[in-house]
Amino acid sequence: MAKKRLRKFSASMLHWFVLVVFTVLLAFPFYWMVITAFKQNLDLYTVENNPFIFNAKPTLEHLRLLLYETRYVRWLGNTVFVGALVVLITLVLAVPAAYALARLTGRWGQRLGIGIFLTYLVPPTLLFIPLSRVVSALGLQDTLWSLVLVYPSFTVPFSIWLLMGFFKAIPKELEDAAMVDGLTRFGAFVKMVIPISVSGILTVVIFTFTLVTQEFVYALTFISSESNQMVGVGIPIFLVRGDVYFWGSLMAACLITSLPIALLYNIFLDRFIAGFTVGAVK
Amino acid sequence: MAVRRAKVKSTGAAQDPALGTAMFAPAALYIMLLIGVPFFLAMYYAFSDARIGNTDLHFVGLENFRSILQSPSFRSAVKNSIVFTLASQIIVIICSTILSIVLENKFRGRGVIRYLILLPWVAPIALGAIGWKWILDSIYSVITWVLVWLHVFKPYGAPMWLGEPHLAMASVILVHCWRLIPFSTVIMLAGQTAIPKEIPEAAAIDGAGFWRTLFQIKIPMMTSIISVAVLFGTIFTFTDMTVVYILTAGGPYDSTQTLPSLAFATGIQGSDLAAGAAISLFLVPVLVVIAYLMLRVAHRAEAT
Repeated sequence: MAKKRLRKFSASMLHWFVLVVFTVLLAFPFYWMVITAFKQNLDLYTVENNPFIFNAKPTLEHLRLLLYETRYVRWLGNTVFVGALVVLITLVLAVPAAYALARLTGRWGQRLGIGIFLTYLVPPTLLFIPLSRVVSALGLQDTLWSLVLVYPSFTVPFSIWLLMGFFKAIPKELEDAAMVDGLTRFGAFVKMVIPISVSGILTVVIFTFTLVTQEFVYALTFISSESNQMVGVGIPIFLVRGDVYFWGSLMAACLITSLPIALLYNIFLDRFIAGFTVGAVK
Repeated sequence: MAVRRAKVKSTGAAQDPALGTAMFAPAALYIMLLIGVPFFLAMYYAFSDARIGNTDLHFVGLENFRSILQSPSFRSAVKNSIVFTLASQIIVIICSTILSIVLENKFRGRGVIRYLILLPWVAPIALGAIGWKWILDSIYSVITWVLVWLHVFKPYGAPMWLGEPHLAMASVILVHCWRLIPFSTVIMLAGQTAIPKEIPEAAAIDGAGFWRTLFQIKIPMMTSIISVAVLFGTIFTFTDMTVVYILTAGGPYDSTQTLPSLAFATGIQGSDLAAGAAISLFLVPVLVVIAYLMLRVAHRAEAT
């Protein structure tokens, strides 16, 4: 009996040990952002100081510098602007398309669905070179509109895929009943299907917005001037002056941008994963 | 009434091709114009002499491919892309299998731990990467400080993590793993919930221990979900340029250059769109294989 209890105890110790090690390793860079963002420069840049603790009083100087003397707030605004428009375009394109695919039964529906899924696998690093020429031919280089135009190319396919599963779960009888009551097919879609799909649509909104904030390659390629940057490129590239890294402000920017995005993403994560795992999970 | 209802049924969405097409066409058109057309443009440019700032194109045949294949930068980019992808996928699979097993059962504080563990995946990767650049700084690196404190190195005697070829490669692999472990873990957790609880329980009653249950029952039952995680992870690593661009920009001496980062350096920074497009086309064979495997996994899961 005692032996069994000992075994159970050591198993639970091992369990917690593994968990703590992984959590510390994975979350460490964020802890590091916190401590760097509030340290005085003298403390940061003294090699002998223990870097894990505050050797001098914490300071808000890096945050002040970030908010008042860089374009950070402007970049946040740019990101929200592009994000909102991309969400709008994604919804307008993906919601009807997903519904059409969900109700289109038979081989064609399945093939189109798979085709849509495959386009999601095409990475920006394959397309950014031709798109850079397209963008400049349209006169959109160095404008946020170039991103508004291009970002739906990766948000629409995945959103269609997510919503398709969602619409398939809605019984067809619901629309049939609405049509008996005199609505057209499209009317039934707008008045019956969309209202009960709010949570699926919200998932797409959040997913699209987080993807926009995470994108790097297109924003780096199309946008050159400092004031038109998105946060994802502005922070790592434009907060560096020549060779001088303002680590305090940089880490403050990373932290206050990442945490809300991470929180939003985290809430909806299980639904995204359901979309990612295709049919492999039942 | 009954007649009318039957009539409505027979004109359902599946039988309403005009409306279906009208609802699907805008999205299909957008995807075609912004993914299909650029894809063919990339192929077209690869056989041309397209440059930034020069609007006329000439067909040059295989000239771009000939010069790429001769360049040492390209060879090291191919090698590095493969090394980075393989090494990080192996580490990611081992770590995320372990992590998904310890996270499987509910316990107090699981939500908080899950949020912390997921941070690397859900936060923008460019920002995570710049965080690592600070952690790996040549002078003020916290890793260096700890190693000096442990007397592994003399003060100022530690190597520059991003300044020496092998260490820089290891750093890039580390950051890829750091980012992908959370993603694979969540996918595997989703896969574990699909395993009926009775099966491992029955095995335990029959006297199978923890390890036997794990290796002979749980892991075999999770192969399809593990392959989904590996396939997505492979795409994310193989086609990624953010981590490399921010950490090392391909250096030192092309030792961390990958196909995407070389395509960017050549096509955009070097203005040679044609050569850049040709380099990025080398991603396509890998993508095709992955797409094929992905469809097979999905198909197999549907069949069973």
